[in-house]
Amino acid sequence: MRKHFTKNAAATAVLAALAGGATLAQAQDTGERGRDGELKIIYWQAPSTMNPYLSGGTKEVEAGSLVLESLARFDQNGELVPYLAASIPTIENGGMSEDLTSITWTLKSGVLWSDGTPFTADDAVFSWQYCTDPAGGCAHTSYFDGVADMEAVDDTTLKISFSEPKPFPYTALVGAESPIVQAAQFADCTGAAMPTCTEQNFAPIGTGPFVVEEFKANDVIRFSANENFREDGKPAFASVLFKGGGDAAGAARSVLETGEFDYAWNLQIDPNLLAEMEGAGKGTVAAAFATSVERLHLNQTDPDPALGDARATAAHPHPFLTDPRIGQAMSMAIDRELLVEIGYGAGGKPTCNVLPAPAAYASTANDGCLVQDLEGAKALLDEAGWTDTNGNGTRDKDGRELQVLYQTSTNAVRQDAQALIKQWWSEIGIGTELRNIDASVFFGSDPASPDTFGKFYADVEMYTNNFSGVDPEAYMARWLCDGAPSPDNQWQGTNNQRYCDPDYDALVRKMAVTADLAERQAIAKEQNDMLMASYTIVPLVHRGNPSAHAATLGGVQMNDWDSELWNAADWYRTE
Amino acid sequence: MLTFTIRRLITAVPTLLFISLVIFMVVKLSPSDPTGNLPLTIPPEVREQIREALGANDSLLVQYMKWLKLFFWNEPLTAVQAWTGLDLGADTTQRIISYQTRSPVMDLVMERMPQTLTVVGVAYLVGILIALPIGILSAYRQYSVFDQVGTFVSMVGFSVPPFFSGVLVIVIFSVLIPSDSFFWLPSIYDTTHRVTDWESFTVQLRQMIMPVMVLALQITAQISRFTRASMLDNLNQDYVRTARAKGMSERVTVLKHVLRNSMIPVVTVIALGIPAIFGGAIITEQVFKVNGLGQLLIIAIQGGDVPTVQTLTFIFAVLIVLFNLIADILYGLLDPRIRYD
Repeated sequence: MRKHFTKNAAATAVLAALAGGATLAQAQDTGERGRDGELKIIYWQAPSTMNPYLSGGTKEVEAGSLVLESLARFDQNGELVPYLAASIPTIENGGMSEDLTSITWTLKSGVLWSDGTPFTADDAVFSWQYCTDPAGGCAHTSYFDGVADMEAVDDTTLKISFSEPKPFPYTALVGAESPIVQAAQFADCTGAAMPTCTEQNFAPIGTGPFVVEEFKANDVIRFSANENFREDGKPAFASVLFKGGGDAAGAARSVLETGEFDYAWNLQIDPNLLAEMEGAGKGTVAAAFATSVERLHLNQTDPDPALGDARATAAHPHPFLTDPRIGQAMSMAIDRELLVEIGYGAGGKPTCNVLPAPAAYASTANDGCLVQDLEGAKALLDEAGWTDTNGNGTRDKDGRELQVLYQTSTNAVRQDAQALIKQWWSEIGIGTELRNIDASVFFGSDPASPDTFGKFYADVEMYTNNFSGVDPEAYMARWLCDGAPSPDNQWQGTNNQRYCDPDYDALVRKMAVTADLAERQAIAKEQNDMLMASYTIVPLVHRGNPSAHAATLGGVQMNDWDSELWNAADWYRTE
Repeated sequence: MLTFTIRRLITAVPTLLFISLVIFMVVKLSPSDPTGNLPLTIPPEVREQIREALGANDSLLVQYMKWLKLFFWNEPLTAVQAWTGLDLGADTTQRIISYQTRSPVMDLVMERMPQTLTVVGVAYLVGILIALPIGILSAYRQYSVFDQVGTFVSMVGFSVPPFFSGVLVIVIFSVLIPSDSFFWLPSIYDTTHRVTDWESFTVQLRQMIMPVMVLALQITAQISRFTRASMLDNLNQDYVRTARAKGMSERVTVLKHVLRNSMIPVVTVIALGIPAIFGGAIITEQVFKVNGLGQLLIIAIQGGDVPTVQTLTFIFAVLIVLFNLIADILYGLLDPRIRYD
């Protein structure tokens, strides 16, 4: 009876803390390891492997993050938190060299792998060699870009040298996508042998809070608490059932309505349906925002099929989208609030920037786009010389109709947005033809396929892009003149809309040699504003990642900068 | 009969080879990319390296020949080696590897076979067991209330897709009924559940009820219609009148004479439906997260996982050819007048 009473009292205290927005520090989040039984997580896309280096997909990275850890992870604010490292090296604490060419991590001492053997700096060096072996096809080699050498100075000291100054060196072995694997386990699995080590890839030994007990690819994973985890009393859960499969609505229902599961990931479904499910009171939906932006790209080259092999190349500029006034009018015609309300709910916010976060990098110069202005858009098109001379409802100029082909991937939310935007554009006299392409084709990079987003055989295309981590340097370097996809590079460039401005290229080069944080932020804002002023990119929605968790699950800190399960070691049962 | 069987088996070989080539070309020439579903944060050069490591950049002929060799030589040898423990010199590192999981496709198939067979197989059995009596009775009492109700239920079973009926039963049995009630059923199938004693058996039974019933409704609808039609054809035959005139009981007339003759087309339908059990039930498996072979196929298609799609569809093709043959042989057993020699 007494036990029962204290339990209730503690639950009330937690509720009170929640209501007051205070940190959760009551009875339930401390105690013995494994005290809270089973944690049930559902990912409607099931993980295919437990080795994030082999897959690159978000679902594998997040499942892997329960087992594998890195030197440091990003918290919910995008700030670095040391995990296997004792502290974050900086110039001030002497961990980073003045010339920005090397960084020295000090590792926590006494950390054990789940099999009981000690974790050392050699494991970190091995992880680098493992991923960068060219024969392996590692999905996250870009995290090791610029790393010239890694050296285990002693068991707890790791020195990373870069081939050129690296102002933001926290990529290699930082974050869930670049974890440390055990050298002893993967010693025979390097290079071409990487995929043949099924046993290792399905059950890697890690330093994280959980250990793989059973892995069924694309179906289900069972974990148990890691008895050698370095923090006492963590994790609170003795086991994890990580189920996959089905669809987003079913996953949401299993947490919010039937209460069978504790946590459901990536619930990109009709916001009304989600709100209705949430009304059952069994759980809540929370979204974390990082850098994902749903945007329109306006093709700066002419995709006219009559041009044959030269279509959509720099040799043929687009007949009208190269005039920023057209792009501006298209942007002004869009009601971003409504797009969010219909398609995204809590999982989206209207935005006018292609770089909306971290806050210190986000520009406020473009916020005028948040208000729809159809009259202004019409006036702008009139000014640009486009009028409806033949009375067919679409503006024209010199015999050319203001007609665009607008493509995106097949996805209910995107098709709704397409229909709305088509309607708004028709109101200002722009004719739109809609097209949607299966995601695996649209986002594919087969140079023979005419339907990829890189080839961009359309006038306008819509999709979401983002960057990992918190440093936008590489992301903002996507829009260099020579980054444009073309037949010369097998259509593999990153500058899909073929934007080209020498001043922008100069800013990218300046960013690469600037170490001062404030200056980097200023450059990033300037880059963002240049892109926005060119109207080659029209940002629509800053997207978050909505996930649901049961009302009885405590300690969840939604995070889109790292794995959503980044702090699963701290999760606990509130009642 | 034996020569017929052998002849059919031999002609099946070129048929299957041709099918495998067609499947390969269809899958390969479709513009899907195994790296297409990866996050956009992974740069194009890295994607190219991944495709290179997967072997997705080899010429089509090389890829097809590789697959043939692996499927018809390495995989059977590896399987025999694993079963018997003998060392036949098979290179166990050379297997058909899935692009998505980077693990042998056959292992995935074997891992998923049990849950597909349990759920879809039981549904098929339940469906048949319900369908046969309904079909027989509906035909015997044609246009009675029972027949009308049976027709209605069959129509519903035919026309309501499982993505509707599945979600409907979930809403009724998992959402509306409180979870502490006896009638509450889990909406998500737990594939890690092991049956060890009576209690775990009841848990297994409970989690199977909804997917099995949703599937059985469709199967029942189809087979009961066939049985009814076939029974009606026979009930008006002269030999039935003769049997009755001879004073045989209704029971013997209907269940011995009419039923046996009516079973011929029904057995064909049932036999030809068996490969579909192995194919899983894509939609029902997705709705209840049974994650069997159907779900494996659909996510492999979505992920551009050529080796998995190719291997699975080919296995289905083999099963279909095989059960066509079995149905033909069953004809001969049921009706001595049909012999192929």
